[in-house]
Amino acid sequence: MSNSQKLIEIKDLHVSVAETEILKGINLSIGFGEVHAIMGPNGSGKSTLANVIAGRPGYSVISGDIVYKGSSILEVLPEIRARAGIFLAFQYPVELPGVRTWQFLKSAIDAIRNENGQEELKIRDFDKLLEEKRKLMEMDPDLVRRSVNEGYSGGEKKRNEILQLALLDPTLALLDETDSGLDIDALRIVSHGVNIFKSPEKSVLIVTHYQRILDYITPDYVHVLVDGKIVRSGGSSLAMELEEKGYDWVKDVVGEEVNP
Amino acid sequence: MQKASSLLNKYEEDFDNLSSINPGWSSDLRNKAMDTFREIGFPVRRKGNEKWKYTNARPIADVEYSSGKFEKMDSNDIKLIAPWHESWINLLFVNGHYQETFSGSLSTNIQISNMASNDLAENLTSNVGGIMDYSDDGFAALNTAFMSDGPIITVPEGENSGIVINLIFFNQGLSDTVNYPRVLITTGGNSIVSVIENYVGGSGDQTFTNSVSEIYVGEDATVNHYRLMNETDDTYDVGYGRVRIDTNGAFNSRSFFRGCGIGRYDLNVSIEGENASCDLQGLYFTNGAQHMDNFINIDHVRPNCQSNLFYKGILAGRSRAVFGGTVLVRKEAQKTNSVQSDKNLILSPHAEVDSKPALFIYADDVKCAHGATAGNIDADTVFYMRSRGIDLEAASRLIIYGFAGEIIDKVEIPELRSYLGESFLSSLPSHRFEF
Ligand SMILES: Nc1ncnc2c1ncn2[C@@H]1O[C@H](COP(=O)(O)OP(=O)(O)OP(=O)(O)O)[C@@H](O)[C@H]1O
Ligand SMILES: [Mg+2]
Repeated sequence: MSNSQKLIEIKDLHVSVAETEILKGINLSIGFGEVHAIMGPNGSGKSTLANVIAGRPGYSVISGDIVYKGSSILEVLPEIRARAGIFLAFQYPVELPGVRTWQFLKSAIDAIRNENGQEELKIRDFDKLLEEKRKLMEMDPDLVRRSVNEGYSGGEKKRNEILQLALLDPTLALLDETDSGLDIDALRIVSHGVNIFKSPEKSVLIVTHYQRILDYITPDYVHVLVDGKIVRSGGSSLAMELEEKGYDWVKDVVGEEVNP
Repeated sequence: MQKASSLLNKYEEDFDNLSSINPGWSSDLRNKAMDTFREIGFPVRRKGNEKWKYTNARPIADVEYSSGKFEKMDSNDIKLIAPWHESWINLLFVNGHYQETFSGSLSTNIQISNMASNDLAENLTSNVGGIMDYSDDGFAALNTAFMSDGPIITVPEGENSGIVINLIFFNQGLSDTVNYPRVLITTGGNSIVSVIENYVGGSGDQTFTNSVSEIYVGEDATVNHYRLMNETDDTYDVGYGRVRIDTNGAFNSRSFFRGCGIGRYDLNVSIEGENASCDLQGLYFTNGAQHMDNFINIDHVRPNCQSNLFYKGILAGRSRAVFGGTVLVRKEAQKTNSVQSDKNLILSPHAEVDSKPALFIYADDVKCAHGATAGNIDADTVFYMRSRGIDLEAASRLIIYGFAGEIIDKVEIPELRSYLGESFLSSLPSHRFEF
């Protein structure tokens, strides 16, 4: 496959945090329009991978590369990655006391538009867009006026992440356990948001522990990350197999690495 | 010593000059205060001086000032540097002297007189000096000795038209000058009034503003008090707020400080009637080599009262801030409900805050809590914003504005709130942050 067909290619990526190697040679390519799921035990490095792609400071890439839309992004600032279409839905969304959701999202959308040579969104157009996305995510109208994530319940925070995904409309969505802690209704709403986002030009990487979100958002590929390595990749049936048999089962078959 | 005595001589000389022109009604008060100042001088002692523990008054004391002379200002220039609105009563004082009142056509029952006047009724002047106890405080004694111009605001019983009185004390920034603003506000039963005090400085070397405001909150009365210190790097500003609250009265204070050379606001609220309350909130931001000291005392004398003390600070550069907040709950003050907190956002590794909230409780049935925090901009917070495309500088600004907004958003006068959000806050120096 040629580069031009892949949205992102992660090549033999080794990453350490505070002198400890966490990712130990990750190879993963995501094509346009594809949905990939990453599963794996606690502490195996799933969030590390998502955060490194988004450019979070504090991780050192020891070797390997991340190529996004044909160029390496290792040296690119996180805000520039975001403006280029990389979006991370946080496992633990951050509360921003005093920062109004409206102001925050308007700043974000304008920053992205500026980078892409578009003018700032008119307030009326932005309000319309925000209201549309708020309804899509079935958020309380009041939440949008409040400080970002402040005093939100866990589930509301996750829904707010997908509201931001819908609003900012990136190219690559990294969803780090967005399904954790959601009740059945919220899971449906969140999945609906992601499915609306999905298109032949856009790709999704879902980090999850559970099969249930994959019932709504069908992955093209499922990867199992254990101890900083992808030990197994397969189709959507792999997730079901994992749910049935647990991670010990894949740990036993380490060595039979399959990459799409 | 040579220097010290020549400095004192200058004060003596100025005092004599002032006495010859000042109105008779204040001469006793001023003479006594001058005696006290002669005796105790400035609070420059560094050892055992609890009130001035973190602020060295020596640089202020060591300057030979001449009294600020009145020089007429174009009020249009003032309108650019201080908040004002035509629906407010705006009083302009320049270098300590009254210049003019500008407002739209307003009619009000509130009486505003000038202390400089010789023919003031006894009931107006008798309260001047009634709350400010200067016996152990050289700066307050000095202000009292030198007070000459300033508003006496008398709010009659039942007055509740929602009027805003805006006092602008503008210091032109003539080098080595001192001015002594003095304010008295008395409110009758069941009245409501909002007063804004602005202390605005033009730039100049070592100008010194030494102010005292006395405020009586009557029975069932509400005073909404705003204080803006908008001085420059070279100014010294030592101000006093002295407040007494009667039964069912409420004193709401919102104070905003941009740092200056040395800034200090000593606010003392005495809750002397039952079911009364005070809500004191403040925001200070300091930069460069600025120093800002908030010294606050709340005295719960009577039962069933509430006090809330909530300050926030933003510190950059090599600046220092001091927050001393002490709540005293006397033995009789049962069922007191008191909360105090001071939160600081430290933007530079070289900036420092000394935050000392304290509670002294002598009653046994009270609800009190206090706390202080100081932290940097949180790296996770910044990354969250950057991951949405917002760059470091914009993210930091949103965080700082959000931090400050918690105080500013509660300002109930819309024009003042937007002034604070736009002019006052945007004057925050842009800052490079490292993560
Ligand atoms: N900042 C850090 N400092 C030290 N160790 C870290 C840091 N961040 C992550 N780690 C370690 O790296 C390993 C991988 O963490 P990561 O958060 O990527 O796991 P995960 O697969 O997302 O786990 P979970 O399923 O619990 O979310 C863990 O052992 C974790 O303790
Ligand atoms: Mg994780």
